[in-house]
Amino acid sequence: MRIRLERRLKPSRAAGVLVPLISLILALAFGGLILLATGANPIVTYKAMAVGAFGGKYAISETLVKAIPLILCGLGVAVAFRMRFWNIGAEGQLAMGGFAAAWVALFLPGLLPNLPLKWLLPLMILAGMLAGALWGLIPALLRAFVGVNEVITTLMMNYIAILWIEYLFYGPWRDPKGYGFPGTAPFPQEGWLPRYPGTRVHLGLVFAIAAAIILWLVLTRTRWGYEVRVIGENPRAARYAGISLWRNFLLVMLVSGALAGLAGVGEVAGISHRLQKGLTVGYGYTAIIVAWMGQLNPWGVVLVGILLAGLLVGGDQIQITMRLPAAVALVLQGAILFFMLGGVLFNQYRLRVDWGLRRRPVRPTLPAEGGES
Amino acid sequence: MTIALITSILWVTIRAGTSLLYATVGEILTERAGILNLGVEGIMIVGAVTGFAAAFHTKQVWVGVGVAMLAGAAMASIHAFLSVSLRAEQVVSGLALTIFGTGLANYLGQRLGPNGTPLVGMVGPKFTPISLSDLAEIPVLGKSVFNQDILTYATYLLVPLLWFFLNRTRPGLHLRAVGENPQTADAMGVNVAGIRYLYTIVGGMLIALGGAHLSLAYTPGWTEGLTAGRGWIAVALVIFATWDPVRAVVGAILFGGINAVQFRMQAAGTTIPAAFLNMLPYAFTIVVLVLITWWEGIRKRVGAPAALGLPYAREEKR
Repeated sequence: MRIRLERRLKPSRAAGVLVPLISLILALAFGGLILLATGANPIVTYKAMAVGAFGGKYAISETLVKAIPLILCGLGVAVAFRMRFWNIGAEGQLAMGGFAAAWVALFLPGLLPNLPLKWLLPLMILAGMLAGALWGLIPALLRAFVGVNEVITTLMMNYIAILWIEYLFYGPWRDPKGYGFPGTAPFPQEGWLPRYPGTRVHLGLVFAIAAAIILWLVLTRTRWGYEVRVIGENPRAARYAGISLWRNFLLVMLVSGALAGLAGVGEVAGISHRLQKGLTVGYGYTAIIVAWMGQLNPWGVVLVGILLAGLLVGGDQIQITMRLPAAVALVLQGAILFFMLGGVLFNQYRLRVDWGLRRRPVRPTLPAEGGES
Repeated sequence: MTIALITSILWVTIRAGTSLLYATVGEILTERAGILNLGVEGIMIVGAVTGFAAAFHTKQVWVGVGVAMLAGAAMASIHAFLSVSLRAEQVVSGLALTIFGTGLANYLGQRLGPNGTPLVGMVGPKFTPISLSDLAEIPVLGKSVFNQDILTYATYLLVPLLWFFLNRTRPGLHLRAVGENPQTADAMGVNVAGIRYLYTIVGGMLIALGGAHLSLAYTPGWTEGLTAGRGWIAVALVIFATWDPVRAVVGAILFGGINAVQFRMQAAGTTIPAAFLNMLPYAFTIVVLVLITWWEGIRKRVGAPAALGLPYAREEKR
């Protein structure tokens, strides 16, 4: 008996939907084994997570709160990944976005006393997006002009950005009236993003959805979106077609960084109303899974962003109610990605089992012999 | 600088560089076979937590080392299965391994202490430096190079052996052939998939051993985020070393040296805030990577194995 992989003539649409779903189920089963092995009941745990994430108005609102940065960072990561530019620096770009917004909120009114305060919030948003974009631009420049591997530079810059904001809120920017709590003074109220009454869901949700719509239009309806796709699929062909690689590296990373920066603005201006410990809790890394599971498609990112936000909220919930580590959510995220990666194969290949009973006639499709696995 | 100061800086340098060296040579083996494993950070941290937990419960450091290497092998075999058998995107698979490993390590760290309590703050057995009596008399080197723990001593042998294996033996030739040109290796009758599995797993074991050195020797014990990006620095060091285990030693010493200088400055009561000192290894990684990429570009030398990161399927031409 031989098991072979045969290349499909065109990618399977059904697999595009089924693979993420089946991956999720398999990941839950796999995570369940780890839970069992360490003496926790998987069914009780998962139920508590589901209720914590989606059971009731409060739970859903908290899930949406976490979905905002996940969707924004996920969109940023997705657009870069489409071009196979491996930006894993969303975490740092988010941190720099939060830093710039905090600077505007805390210091700009003092520097420009005549500034109408209604301009404060728009300026914070702009500054945050700009800071994220510039932080993302550095690895893009290094890749475009020196050829430096962006995986490592984007990641190293995460550590630097996180240490930088920690330095600020533990050090010079620390609120003297904060009883030693690591955080800056609260922003003036004009620098707060409006919230949906009774919840912590803020205007960032609208930004996230709007960003998804715009990105979808740009990626599917414009020449630039087409160029990004061509570069991702075949950089050599793109070069022959006269598409500038370096220009697109820079553009994509400006967009990617700006989206992550906007997520950072949302966190400080919508949730904490100050720059404080807990801004960088790994949204930038989870965003990689959001982007991949959403198949680098803006709508997929929105859906998966909400789903994985539920996973995070559920993880926090079991930490509180069952005293189980919230890291369960992280384990599950990694496992989902494994199964997704394995499953993507079935978009492009189909599995054939040869029982070895009789010789098959040569099929007139593409030759796809061998390939044992 | 006094002799004593130089000796102590060199001592810390080698100590701090050991985990990096294991991780770097492990990744070199994997990449020379054509598999790009970006899960180094995840494998290291799982090696650190499982190694410490096993040593803590059995009171045997060597059991810790063994368990860590098994855990590393298990983690790496996930990557090997996805990259070799399922031809998945290796960059993303490695990232998944890091995310998974970080989560798993944090989870295990919370559960594997006595009776399901956290491991944080527990004191377990550890490797201590052993002075080599005959060599200890050598000035400077005696109390630095020859006053290390046994895992560090092991690297003094491992690196030359690995160099010899890669460059002077038939299996080493097969390994390189698979990474440079799998089609030809396949035609020669070399089992491409088997070799890629083997060295991804062996590489994972070495990487995990690097993690175990952290939790069993360098900073004995378990804390979350123990590896602090060392796995990623190791990935950068592979490029710095141009996939050569001997040059990896230079990289490990360089980055171990940064750690040593960092400690020195903190101990000397510098006015530079700790956050900036802590940024040094990360900023330095970027600078080193830029310089080496630029330099290799000028010399038109391609260091990376030609088939690095590309899945191999016999029936498909590229």
